[in-house]
Amino acid sequence: MMPKDDSLIGLKFMRLGILALAVGMFFGVIGGFQFLFPEFLRELLFTKTRPLHVSLVVAWIFLISIGGIYLYLPRQQNLKLWSPRAANVHFWVFVVTGLAILASYLAGKFGGREYFEYPAVLSIPIFLTWILFGVNYFKTVSKSKGPWPVYYWMWATGIVFFFITFCEAYLWLIPYFRESMIREIIVQWKSYGALTGSWNMLVYGTAIYVASRIAGSEETATSKLAYSLFFLGLFNLIFGWAHHTYLVPSQTWIRTFAYMVSMTELLILGKILWDWRASLQTYQKHQYCNAYRFLFAADIWIFINLILALLISVPALNLITHGTHITVAHAMGSTIGINTMILLASIFYVIREELPQHVHAGRTKQVQIGYWTANISLAVFFSALVLAGLGKGLYTGGSFQDMMLQIRPFLLVFAVSGIGLMLGFWVVLWHAFRLTGEILSPATPDPYPEPA
Amino acid sequence: MRQSWGSVIKNRAIFSTLFVSYVFYAGYVYTAGTEAPHIAPISDEARHGQDLFQEHNCIACHQFYGLGGYMGPDLTNVTSRYSPAYARAFIMTGTPRMPNFNLPVDDVDALVTYLEFVDSTGTYPPQNYEVTWYGTVEQEDDPQ
Repeated sequence: MMPKDDSLIGLKFMRLGILALAVGMFFGVIGGFQFLFPEFLRELLFTKTRPLHVSLVVAWIFLISIGGIYLYLPRQQNLKLWSPRAANVHFWVFVVTGLAILASYLAGKFGGREYFEYPAVLSIPIFLTWILFGVNYFKTVSKSKGPWPVYYWMWATGIVFFFITFCEAYLWLIPYFRESMIREIIVQWKSYGALTGSWNMLVYGTAIYVASRIAGSEETATSKLAYSLFFLGLFNLIFGWAHHTYLVPSQTWIRTFAYMVSMTELLILGKILWDWRASLQTYQKHQYCNAYRFLFAADIWIFINLILALLISVPALNLITHGTHITVAHAMGSTIGINTMILLASIFYVIREELPQHVHAGRTKQVQIGYWTANISLAVFFSALVLAGLGKGLYTGGSFQDMMLQIRPFLLVFAVSGIGLMLGFWVVLWHAFRLTGEILSPATPDPYPEPA
Repeated sequence: MRQSWGSVIKNRAIFSTLFVSYVFYAGYVYTAGTEAPHIAPISDEARHGQDLFQEHNCIACHQFYGLGGYMGPDLTNVTSRYSPAYARAFIMTGTPRMPNFNLPVDDVDALVTYLEFVDSTGTYPPQNYEVTWYGTVEQEDDPQ
């Protein structure tokens, strides 16, 4: 076992992630109101609030996933990190780069593409530390005895494919790709599609890890079904990205192939329906466990989002939904309803394991209120976006302003429910931040003491 | 239940196959899959306009081919649907929704040239398309 400080580096990533989400949601709410009232906070243009929001919430996803890996391996899997120092370097480079990116946005210094709007040079430290993270991960898990459970595979896949797709997102810097706008735009969205697939691998790996630990059985992580679903997910990561570019002029087979690949996700939908009754029984059994509560919420959001994802993956329906708020609903439903719920489950699972003397501390009345406020607000938020998207997609007039006026009531509901969502999560995050701080405190006894 | 080494080898083989398929598929998309010989190459001025478009993060509010932010309208065909002068007027004066960035005339020219170039690459939303019985779409602008 490592010294407590070394093995808790993952917790520092998690606490940074909590701050990133709390601040990121704040910018999201400001952006939501700027949508309705463009004069609102004119000093902080929407061109700044949007990337600030997106970068911070994406950072949340990565920080909690990475933090979980750095923490679970040494603390619970008995796999001492190959280099705790490398993990520390990773953390501090991430902090400094993150602050530089935020400063560049606030100063209005852009230069990158959508979602990576910061000057391209700032991607270099991210790229280098990702290599460091990858080496640390593979060197650490290579000490594992026996075959890998599926979550090791998923984390490894997420690490490898993020590296590849992050590089791919910068191919526009090479003149060959910039020569053709069609090639440039399709390759850009190919990379984004697979990049979200890669972070989903990190997040879903975390979900399976936490679920199997709560259940006290490795069955969910080593069964044939677990591997089949993993490979299906990988197949979709590789080939299912083109629903983003259905309406860009391209070879017809690219969209048809992606359409067929996306439809294989019907198998996952069927599996969820098949397991529904059992999931409900397991939920009743673990309903007092905060981590399981968030995993169950993620289960419901997976079901809702998968239906929406399948619908917008049909090119004929994508003609209506593309370029509308339905795409935003899809993105928000996935990143908040699925990823965030899973990552909160991961944090509360860590709290339960690290603070056994406070098993119920994470389940205060306030956390429950935050949980329900966030989920109910998300349902309203998601529905408002779908309705706004339908309004835009079915609008037949030629005026952008007129269309925006017609969908304004939905956008108002979206903005107001965004406040509820933020407040609900803030309550949960405050407790998570407070309790994870307690774990780091030298006064807190270590539940995994170093053997004498 | 622990897996057998046979299933470990099978898993590695499936992963490797998928990874190799990814490499070949990416290579094909980068080359023949995205060839669009019917589109004229981008000019230097349009390239400058593209750089400005990125430096001011215009994509936060606008879209090309429906990809981007939704604060403002899609700009794919703004110069042919309205006119280059219409686009120029918006860039130079701003609107209640869009700030006036006070750009020098040369930069405004470059941006308008870039918008004209984007317009030449296709139509969005597609006007002439066919939906097949199984739900896929063939567009008039698709490279043949």
